[in-house]
Amino acid sequence: MIASRDARASALARDFPLLAQPTSRGKRLAYLDSAATSQKPQAVIDALVHYYTHDNANIHRGVYELAERATEAFESARAKVARFVNAAEPAEIVWTRNTTEAINLVSFSWGLANLGPGDAILTTQLEHHSNLVPWQLLAAKTGAELRFIEVDAEGTHQLHDLEAKLRGVKLVALSHVSNTLGTIAPLDVIVPQAHAAGAVVLVDGAQSAPHFAVDVRALDVDFFVASGHKMCGPTGIGFLYGKRALLDAMPPFLTGGDMIREVGYEHTTFNELPWKFEAGTSNIADAIALGAAVDYLTGVGMDWVAEHERALTAYALERLAEFVPRGLELYGPKDLARRSGVISFNLADIHAHDVASILDTEGVCVRAGHHCTMPLMEKMGWPATARASFYLYNTEQDVDQLVLGLRKAAELFRVA
Amino acid sequence: MDDFYKEYILDHYRNPRNFGHLEAPTATAEDLNPLCGDKIRFELLVDAEGRVSDVRFSGKGCAISQASASMLSETLRGEKLEDVARLPQERVLENVGIGISPARMKCAMLGLKVVKSAALGEIAHWPDEAHEPH
Repeated sequence: MIASRDARASALARDFPLLAQPTSRGKRLAYLDSAATSQKPQAVIDALVHYYTHDNANIHRGVYELAERATEAFESARAKVARFVNAAEPAEIVWTRNTTEAINLVSFSWGLANLGPGDAILTTQLEHHSNLVPWQLLAAKTGAELRFIEVDAEGTHQLHDLEAKLRGVKLVALSHVSNTLGTIAPLDVIVPQAHAAGAVVLVDGAQSAPHFAVDVRALDVDFFVASGHKMCGPTGIGFLYGKRALLDAMPPFLTGGDMIREVGYEHTTFNELPWKFEAGTSNIADAIALGAAVDYLTGVGMDWVAEHERALTAYALERLAEFVPRGLELYGPKDLARRSGVISFNLADIHAHDVASILDTEGVCVRAGHHCTMPLMEKMGWPATARASFYLYNTEQDVDQLVLGLRKAAELFRVA
Repeated sequence: MDDFYKEYILDHYRNPRNFGHLEAPTATAEDLNPLCGDKIRFELLVDAEGRVSDVRFSGKGCAISQASASMLSETLRGEKLEDVARLPQERVLENVGIGISPARMKCAMLGLKVVKSAALGEIAHWPDEAHEPH
């Protein structure tokens, strides 16, 4: 069973042409940086090529066959994403460039219209800068207060004072999964309490949508945002899910072409959902390719992806334990049920960038630094961490290669 | 990069030369590399002829940034301050050897940036062309 799971991941890896490419030093590539961006299966690359080769035309207003075909492919990709996260209807999915832009859309549109002095925004100490900086600016502009759910040394949310923290809160914005520590947020606790306090909830799903099945209606979140490039899709395309009633009431964000119904010299009426939020020519090709990515993930099965990553993370933690006597520090929740396939670590007193550079010579790609969570690193007292992150195409061989690279680093730096 | 983590680099990292502080430095500067969190401070003592007579550096960070600064510190005594302000990046590269990947160039060049800033009395530009956003 275990062998067959790993064998399936090996087989899936062959769908990703880049993974077959050795490094310039002739090493086998062990790509352990999917939390930064995932690799792309051939099906997604083909979708891009197919669109530009056969279907390229501007969408929505063309009356000729080609434009109709492009529009159909574009809107059917939206429907695929809607099904993928179980939105009630495709109109609740708005295309954006990425997670960051989707958060900014909510901040500028919903935030400016709904927040004022005396209101509060509640986020967490774990957030990526993309889910922190927009709220800092929104708070500064509106006079609202910015509050934080604290995390403990493992990066686990501290909820004992949640009720008090929620007083006066209009918006709760938090990541589903921490990109630095892999912590899975207890949405089942936070969302009902936030709603009871009268707040709307935005969930940053950049690190969850690629890795396990997300059901926005079962979670009962008001906004859910994610990036295509972390879920086997191309860069430059992401999405905002919002409940229709909220999106309908929100003013437009970017304005111009395509998002309008009728324009006069003095006055304009806006298009309906979702196009009200999609000004200008959209990223048609990448949206269509994200539809192909969603097809690919659905074909693999999101429950299998989640189970594989959980098992691989368990295997990695077990193998990494052999370095603990040599000063390896592993960060993040110890409870595997509360973490995703992200492992942040430091090896003795070797700087994370040195670790990553040495791993690079062994063909192992890990990220090192602050992972766009500078306040969290400061709070934890880590100048930097190295981070390995897994996806459906990673195997135990990738983990073994990581372990080999760490052994080399420990030897070079004469660690224990 | 294989070649970069050489014995003498790691020696400079583990046992940095001229590490610490001067009692009454003539010129000082410090800076950090936000990408890595590398931090370096240089303190220079300049004699009546305008030459560096003593030097100390302090800081923390990766082996590349700290070893580069340590090796650089050994080359500064006797240099005229105005020449220190114009040191080229070759001064670091000839110390640490070639083979630094572009991604790590900022680490290697941080000490040089700081020591030039000290000599200039203002923040020097990065001595390489890679200006990466974070």
